[in-house]
Parts: sequence; structure tokens; C-alpha cells
Amino acid sequence: MRDTSDLANMKDAVMAAILDLADEHEEVVMLEADLMTCLGSTGFMKKYPGRFFNCGIAEANMVGVAAGLSSMGFVPFADSFGVFSSRRDYDQFFLSVNYAKQRVHLIGTDPGVVAQVNGGTHMPFEDIALMRQIPDLIIIDPSDAQSCYELIRQLYESGHSSYIRVGRRGITHRYPVGTRIELGKGIVLSEGSDLAIIAEGETMVNEAVKAVEILRDRGIHATLVDMHTIKPLDTELVEKLARETGRILVCENGRYAGGLGEAVAGHLAKVNPTRMDYVNVGERFGEVGNLAYLLKAYNFTAEDIAAKAQALLK
Amino acid sequence: MLDLQTVEILEKKAREIRISTIHEIAHLGKGHIGGAMSIVEILTYLYYHEMNIDPENPKMEGRDRFVCSKGHAGPSVYATLASRGYFPQEWLLTLNKGGTNLPSHCDMTKTPGIDFTTGSLGQGASAAAGIALGQKLKGEKSFTYLIVGDGESQEGQVWEMAEFASTRKLGNLIAFTDFNRMQLDGYTKDVINMDNIDTRWLGFNWHVQRINGHSFEQIDYAVQQAKAACDRPSMIICDTVKSQGYFPGVGVTANHSMAVSQEDEKAAIAALEGGSL
Repeated sequence: MRDTSDLANMKDAVMAAILDLADEHEEVVMLEADLMTCLGSTGFMKKYPGRFFNCGIAEANMVGVAAGLSSMGFVPFADSFGVFSSRRDYDQFFLSVNYAKQRVHLIGTDPGVVAQVNGGTHMPFEDIALMRQIPDLIIIDPSDAQSCYELIRQLYESGHSSYIRVGRRGITHRYPVGTRIELGKGIVLSEGSDLAIIAEGETMVNEAVKAVEILRDRGIHATLVDMHTIKPLDTELVEKLARETGRILVCENGRYAGGLGEAVAGHLAKVNPTRMDYVNVGERFGEVGNLAYLLKAYNFTAEDIAAKAQALLK
Repeated sequence: MLDLQTVEILEKKAREIRISTIHEIAHLGKGHIGGAMSIVEILTYLYYHEMNIDPENPKMEGRDRFVCSKGHAGPSVYATLASRGYFPQEWLLTLNKGGTNLPSHCDMTKTPGIDFTTGSLGQGASAAAGIALGQKLKGEKSFTYLIVGDGESQEGQVWEMAEFASTRKLGNLIAFTDFNRMQLDGYTKDVINMDNIDTRWLGFNWHVQRINGHSFEQIDYAVQQAKAACDRPSMIICDTVKSQGYFPGVGVTANHSMAVSQEDEKAAIAALEGGSL
């Protein structure tokens, strides 16, 4: 098992996982849409030039080519910014890959507001909703380097296609090597009986961890879950949280409609209607700014999460 | 070069495939007959003369592959596959019925012999490029054959594929444009003019030829030329007649998908059997 604690960026964890898989499986190939230097797949190109294809600024064709390669027995990883991987080539990923039962791992970087200075044009808020419509597709949004590495390896083993929602710059080291990380199973980061907070992705889990501290100082004890796999939803854990706390706050770096919050609410509505609230981007489009500004602008800060959690207890 | 006897055999097969296609669609009462009929010679040539395939083993390693990117031409592709023995002829009468293995648009998960799923225009082109790339990666000497429609070529994805395939020098990708000058809403010249199709592909640095898409001699010559041009992908632009061989549809602007009555079926089949083509 690889230790990722020395890595400096989330993109390094993504590429470490893909390169290790490429070392082990010669059918692993990689496709880029002129964003090689952004993800750092340059290393793949240098190591395996015959298995690396920069398709240029043509994401729809890239995904179609990946589908064709899959039908020849290859396992492609294809990369672009999340806005393009979801909105620009959705029909190709839906039909040529998934409807045709091919196997492609599609990376969508810079989830939610983390595109920062690239601004609103580069902020995917709806990618989770779009990808959740695709039968049998697995969606992950890892919150740290080690889980990112482990989950990508497990995606390969799953035999399914996937959408990998992940940041590129900066890094979080949350889980030491050896931590049990399982695709489809949320990780409980803290336990408390007053309410449960379900967070997805690096930005939201980081803020939620701080929010739990703030709440503890106020005498409120929250369970916190890192829901790194958005689809399939860990319904067993969701039901347990509802049963044990009766209050659930879902924090996601994206939009409510079709997102994780709606997925949790939809499941609980069937089996155990539960009081819930949500932290998400609401009805806003993206906008430019640094992360500190954006967290405040979208009410994503630990203080915002703590305030919503407290309100949910009333 | 094809000898006269081979041409006669292929023409006979094409006639049988056309009759099956008309019967298949007439049994349902309606279907995409126009664009299915215009590619019958290309299909017949590929499946009866050119491609390295084994109907007994549809997934044979190292085989040549075929992608019908204009997926709505499924009925004539199915008639060809049935004729070649991939599945029983009786399946043709299940076209588009619930639970069928022969859906309106080509589906690799349902139909033996279909190499890729198509139906959203333009997508089969990129998949074919990926397949051709995969054949090269595996060190195969095989070819990928692709049919795109002239109307379909209004899709931007076709041209994304064009620039990719020429950059990657996919000499094992041999494509045909079914240039029947019509699309769902009428003539291409009235919707989006495709008359400069030759120069478009030339501009993307493809090996380009233009032929009569209903002539086996010309299809054969062009395919052999395309195979020899191994440093770049090939586009063979085929002048065709939409609904060729189903005369009630020829020249009818609504022939993309139209009702096929049993009377018209009988008349069209009688004409074919009488040697109309």
C-alpha cells in the first residue's frame, strides 16, 4: 500500500494512483484534452508515451475515443476540468461509454467553487446531479490524498465506469496509510448524538471538521461523515445516522438539485423521514475569487456550517 | 479489381439484403428506410468481400471492425448480419418490438456482430477512431470501417474526430460518407449545405476519394486505395440515392423515416426481383 503523506497536491495523489495502476495493468491508458500540465499527467506521457493521448481541446471526441478504446479491452482514464467532463461531453459519456456498457474513468477536476480564479465559467455545481442520472456509474469526491489514491485503485477493481470529482491544487492529509477506506462506505470522523453532518469532498469535509470543533465548544456533539462515494450512496450508514441522531445536515460543494443532499433526503423519505438541512450553492452560479472569499460568499465556512447545525437542533 | 463474377455475386447479395430490409421495416409498418437502403452496397462489400470476420465468433480477436455511426441505418445492418449468419433471419421480424435484440439504432450490447453502439449522431465516429487506435496499440493489422451520414457530418464531433485521426495517423481507419444529399428535414443544400464535403476532409489531411456508392467496382477500388494510404485515415465519399431500391421512397423528402405499407413492400420487392437494380 502506497503512503501518500509526502505528496504536495491532490493531483499528485490522482496521478500516483493512475500511474501505479498503469505499472500493474498494461491495458490502462490515459487521455487528456489539453490539460496535461494542469493535472500533471505529463508523468504518464513520459513513462508510457504509447499509452497516452492528448486529444486536444475536443472533450466530446476524447470521451468517444476512450469508449472505442474500452471496446478494444483498454481501461482509459480521461481528464478535463469538471465543467467540461460533465457538461461538455455528457452525451458522449452517457451513451458511448455507459449506455454502451464500456468502462471509462472520467476525471472532473476543480469541483464546486475550488476553481477559484478561473471563475464561474469553470465551476461545476451540477456535475454530481448529471452523473447521478447514469445507471451503475460510481461517483467519488475524495477529501484527502490517501483516500483519493485508495478509491481510484478500488474504482479500477470495481469494473464500473466512474466520475472522479477531485481538486488539483493544495492537499489534505487526513487518513494515515493503512486506514480502512472502502468504496461506497462513508467514513465516520467523529461521533456525537445531537446531529449528524454528512460532508462530501475536500473543501466541505475540511470545513465540517472545524465546524464540529466549534459545535463541541458550544456543547453540541455531532457525528461527522466523510461521504467520499456519492454514488452508490452508503444507505446503511445514512439510515444509522438518522436512527441515532434524528437530525442530518448535508454539506456539499455543489447544487442541491440532484446532489448528495437530495440523494440522502430521497432515501430517508422512503425509510425514515428525518429533519434535515443543507449547505450548498443554492440557486447561484459560480464567480471568481480566492477560496477564502468564495467560502464566505457561498456560506460554506465552518461558522456557517455550525450555525446551520445549531438551527437544525431547534 | 473485382471480376465480373464477384460483382454479380455481390449484386445478388445486395438485392437480397435490400429485400430483407424492406420486409423487416414493412413488417413493423414504419422505419428508417431511406438511409438504410442507401448504404447496402457498402455493407455488402464489407461483410461479403472485404472484412476479416467470423460470424460464428462475432468477437474474434484481431478482426476488422465496423461502426455505423448513422445508427438509424440499423435495419440494413441487421439484414446484412442476418444474411451473413450472425443470427437467424427470423430475428429481423422483431425489429423495434419490445424485448428485441434489434433496436432501431445499433446496439453492441444486444446484437451479435455490432461492434459499437450508435444513435446519437457523430458519436460513432469518435468511437471508431478509438477502436482504430486500439487496434494499432495492440499491434493488429486489422482495419476499422466507419459509415457517417452527410447530414450527420453537420455534427461538430465528426470534425473533432477528423483532426484527431489525422494527427494520430490512423491509416487503419477507413470511413465512408453516405452522401445521399438528404436529411430528416429535406435536402442538405436547404438545411446545411454539405457540397464542399471533399475539401472539408482534404483540409483535415485525410486521404479522400469520391465514388458512386452503388458501384461495387468503385467501392472495391477505393477501399484498396484507402488501405494502401497507410499514413493517414481515409474518407470515401459515396454518392448515393436515399432509399435506393425502395422506389416508393426515392425522391420523397420524408423518406428518412416513413410508413412502408404491405402494398409498397410487394411492389418494391417485385421490382427488385425483376432486376430494377
